[in-house]
Amino acid sequence: MTDSTIIKLTAAETAARIASGELTAVEVTEAHLARIEAVDEKVHAFLHVDREGALAQARAVDEKRARGEELGPLAGVPLALKDIFTTAGVPTTVGSKLLEGWIPPYDATLTKRLKDADVVILGKTNMDEFAMGSSTENSAYGPTGNPWDLTRIPGGSGGGSSAAIASYQAPLAIGTDTGGSIRQPAAVTGTVGVKPTYGAVSRYGMVAFSSSLDQGGPCARTVLDAALLHEVIAGHDPMDSTSIDAPVPAVVEAARNGSVQGMRVGVVKQFRGEGYQAGVIQRFDESVELLGELGAEIVELDCPSFDLALSAYYLIAPSECSSNLARFDGLRYGLRVGDDGTRSAEDVTALTREEGFGAEVKRRIMLGTYALSSGYYDAYYGSAQKVRTLIKQDFDRAFEQVDVIVSPTTPTTAFAIGERADDPMAMYLADLCTIPTNLAGNAAMSLPCGLAPEDNLPVGLQIIAPVMQDDRLYKVGAAVEAAFVEKWGHPLLEEAPSL
Amino acid sequence: MPGITREEVAHLARLARLELKPEELDHFAGQLDDIIGAVARVSEVADQDVPPTSHPLPLTNVMRADEVRPSLTPEQALSGAPAQEQQRFKVPQILGEE
Amino acid sequence: MTTTTDLVSYEDALASYDPVMGLEVHVELGTKTKMFCGCSTTLGAEPNAQTCPVCLGMPGALPVVNATGVESAIRIGLALNCEIAEWCRFARKNYFYPDMPKNFQTSQYDEPIAFDGYLDVQLEDGETFRVQIERAHMEEDTGKSTHVGGATGRIHGASHSLLDYNRAGIPLIEIVTKPIVGAGERAPEVARAYVRELREVIRALGVSDARMEMGQMRCDVNLSLMPKGSDTFGTRSETKNVNSLRSVERAARFEIQRHAAVLGAGGTIVQETRHFHEDTGSTTSGRVKEEAEDYRYFPEPDLVPVAPSREWVEQIRAALPELPLVRRTRLLADWGISATDMQAILNAGALDPIVATIGAGADAASARKWWMGELARQANESGTALDELAITPEQVARVAGLVSSGELNDKLARQVIEGVLAGEGGPDEVVEKRGLKVVSDEGALTAAVDEAIAGNPGIADKIRGGKVAAAGALVGAVMKATRGQADAARVKELILQQLGVSEG
Ligand SMILES: [Mg+2]
Ligand SMILES: [Zn+2]
Repeated sequence: MTDSTIIKLTAAETAARIASGELTAVEVTEAHLARIEAVDEKVHAFLHVDREGALAQARAVDEKRARGEELGPLAGVPLALKDIFTTAGVPTTVGSKLLEGWIPPYDATLTKRLKDADVVILGKTNMDEFAMGSSTENSAYGPTGNPWDLTRIPGGSGGGSSAAIASYQAPLAIGTDTGGSIRQPAAVTGTVGVKPTYGAVSRYGMVAFSSSLDQGGPCARTVLDAALLHEVIAGHDPMDSTSIDAPVPAVVEAARNGSVQGMRVGVVKQFRGEGYQAGVIQRFDESVELLGELGAEIVELDCPSFDLALSAYYLIAPSECSSNLARFDGLRYGLRVGDDGTRSAEDVTALTREEGFGAEVKRRIMLGTYALSSGYYDAYYGSAQKVRTLIKQDFDRAFEQVDVIVSPTTPTTAFAIGERADDPMAMYLADLCTIPTNLAGNAAMSLPCGLAPEDNLPVGLQIIAPVMQDDRLYKVGAAVEAAFVEKWGHPLLEEAPSL
Repeated sequence: MPGITREEVAHLARLARLELKPEELDHFAGQLDDIIGAVARVSEVADQDVPPTSHPLPLTNVMRADEVRPSLTPEQALSGAPAQEQQRFKVPQILGEE
Repeated sequence: MTTTTDLVSYEDALASYDPVMGLEVHVELGTKTKMFCGCSTTLGAEPNAQTCPVCLGMPGALPVVNATGVESAIRIGLALNCEIAEWCRFARKNYFYPDMPKNFQTSQYDEPIAFDGYLDVQLEDGETFRVQIERAHMEEDTGKSTHVGGATGRIHGASHSLLDYNRAGIPLIEIVTKPIVGAGERAPEVARAYVRELREVIRALGVSDARMEMGQMRCDVNLSLMPKGSDTFGTRSETKNVNSLRSVERAARFEIQRHAAVLGAGGTIVQETRHFHEDTGSTTSGRVKEEAEDYRYFPEPDLVPVAPSREWVEQIRAALPELPLVRRTRLLADWGISATDMQAILNAGALDPIVATIGAGADAASARKWWMGELARQANESGTALDELAITPEQVARVAGLVSSGELNDKLARQVIEGVLAGEGGPDEVVEKRGLKVVSDEGALTAAVDEAIAGNPGIADKIRGGKVAAAGALVGAVMKATRGQADAARVKELILQQLGVSEG
């Protein structure tokens, strides 16, 4: 099998061929390393490629098979890991200059699970600094290009991960989603991304942005691949106090049995209107129509508090980040600036943070410091937490009437690099549809639903499920995916220009 | 909406330990003002009798047994330190409380 | 520290003002592991050997609550007659300090686990004073910094500092009183008695050794004055980290005199932190901060709420040991001693050894006698604490038993104790090795008595003539002849009997 065939296989197909002996894990890994070599200079999906580590892992898989040991469902499949998870012995920068060169002494729980499942970690992917952003332009190491159009953003904060899979540098990737950072990149790159229920995937070793919102999850090119990865990374972790101590929903089984027959699908009226691109709305409406054709009952929903979600998010996330990022003080690890023997620790810390953090990170730290400061807490942070309750209540009411909710993942397709860089408020609008689920903690997926007619760029369909009902995403997602692929005659990504 | 002054920004920067440059103070004063102005709508619910949600899931009492687990070695602990001395983290002089 | 502080006399200060105190005590729990990670808390480890990603505040690390830490907090709360929260959260207290790895302290803010209690404390004269408890909450300790390059390890003038995070994350319980009013001139004494009583409670609960000299228990003394007749609190000063009982009393006393001097001269008290100096017994102003602290507390999102079930709380309550004041009151009645005697026992740290000695079979009076007498003297001479002497309560009980059975007299018993302390073995071994046995053979004693009478005819005559008091000299001679191993009372009886004189 040629390299160009190998890299286009799905994760499920790759794992099956490795298990059968048709391919070796080393061959697969080398094919992907060669692809990275060939295209990543243009895409810039990776911050660090761990060639040696990946090949060693691949060899171990091949040896395991040679010994006749049973292989896990993703054994030998390459993966691109967002540079927000700690990897023992491998640099972890979180896209920040402040952590340039930092080599963690420990593995994140998720990293450990991937290794235990024999998934081959190719390297660490680019991201908005500390996961703050919707475009990956906030990386201290330069932006990532969208494989559909390298002058456009690949989404953010996990733009590196989505660009890596969309450009066939890896069949699988890991993202994290605080306000949409898995789903929005998936939407604008024509890939699949899932934010599991909060607490489904351990946050231990995932550098915190906003603790009560952050959630790691799978990125893939197909719904089934995402499910296979979901099953590997989810599950209870005693090192994370907010981890769910319950069995992982049967997501793989759901992905293999896609259907919407007899399901009630909700459409929230708040998820359209001003700011939504016409082509996005058009593809979304067609998707809803398709769901009806596939046997779903469509229900119109009113969730009035969703209008306050973005505001609540931009108080809660900055508040938590202002505290989470306080530890970056230049004293125990990472960058230190201005230690000339005369300055105090206080001054060195202030200089280090000034130099080490980018503009967006500083902006959010300042905003959070303000929202938490005495005199403002009740009006801002306190109120935002109340909005959170109202949003949960809206979801609870909605899920009394429907099994899942659908919406566009993002109001627009990929915008041009630089277009919104100086306008934080415009940038924040990219997460309009994804944020309510982060605030309420429930699960959501984005999958491709076509290209917007006006710019020929991918549009994402978001599916939202109740807390701990992540399997519904896959059941519905697999059905929609199958119907679209049949309609288009091929996966959407085939229409992307070759690099 | 009370505007966020340059002085307020400077105060926030001190709390957040950021040595902002003068031009940043002005820049942030404007931007924070815009953002706060846009998100201040949440205070519409301030008076509502709604309990705040601090945690997305209603978990309680997650605890571990008081059992020792392996620590890092001092070498691992100090491996990322910008400076070290006598197996300790070396930091610039601390402006203390004396 | 060169600034001199004008003081007014303590009496003058109290003539014009009523002191108001608030005491904040931090207790390091004796759990095996830290509050939020599994690192050991053993003392004396090499620097940074008891650290992990969590307590070093490394990126990505997350805390998990130590169940024993929570249970200890509830035990303390119950012992202080507090209510235990049905539901409470941890909060982040945000401020930058190099010995605090996350640059926030995981603590509790408006939802402490225990609140609204009280502790009755006994003053030197036995009077009881009730101190109201505001709250007891859980938090974590900081690391330790060593300052290099300045004089005597002080922050001031140091060129740099070295940080060891072994202590970072060790569980702390912070216990805060409500304002203590109405103690008047006895306020410093109340402060001391409160901290001592609290220490006894903590120790009785077994949650910490609470050794102040080791920093396991630290006290902040907040003090203000209000003019007599007023009920409006004045501005307070906060004297930090006062680390002995005596210092707590001295710090309060000093601040009363200092505040009175400032106020009396028409000045105003600045709300500030102050440092207590053991050597001079005075306090000095801490660094004046350019702006007020704003800790930006908010609920800790990485930890879920603690909601102790009522069943658990009641189980813990049922398993509480007898608390020190109750125990002391009971023992005082049982033993029939005065409050002053009890206070002396407490001051000497002899209560636990005495109770243990009684538990090992000694009668109460002799247990008290030995611990408060010979053993207290020995401890004093060697500069050790009573409970650190190389003798066990069981051994003391054995000595007391030998005395009451007449096998030893007091003088011999003291020699036995000396032998035990010198490491010569247990009481029986020392008796054996040193040959310390009371001569109880009547024949041998009578012979020794006859010899003494024969050797001192003049004294014998005096006794026969009615001067019974002169018998002492003959007793001495017999004791000398028997190398002290005779029962002196019996010797005297025999002498009088031989000389045909009756005592009465
Ligand atoms: Mg405290
Ligand atoms: Zn630790």
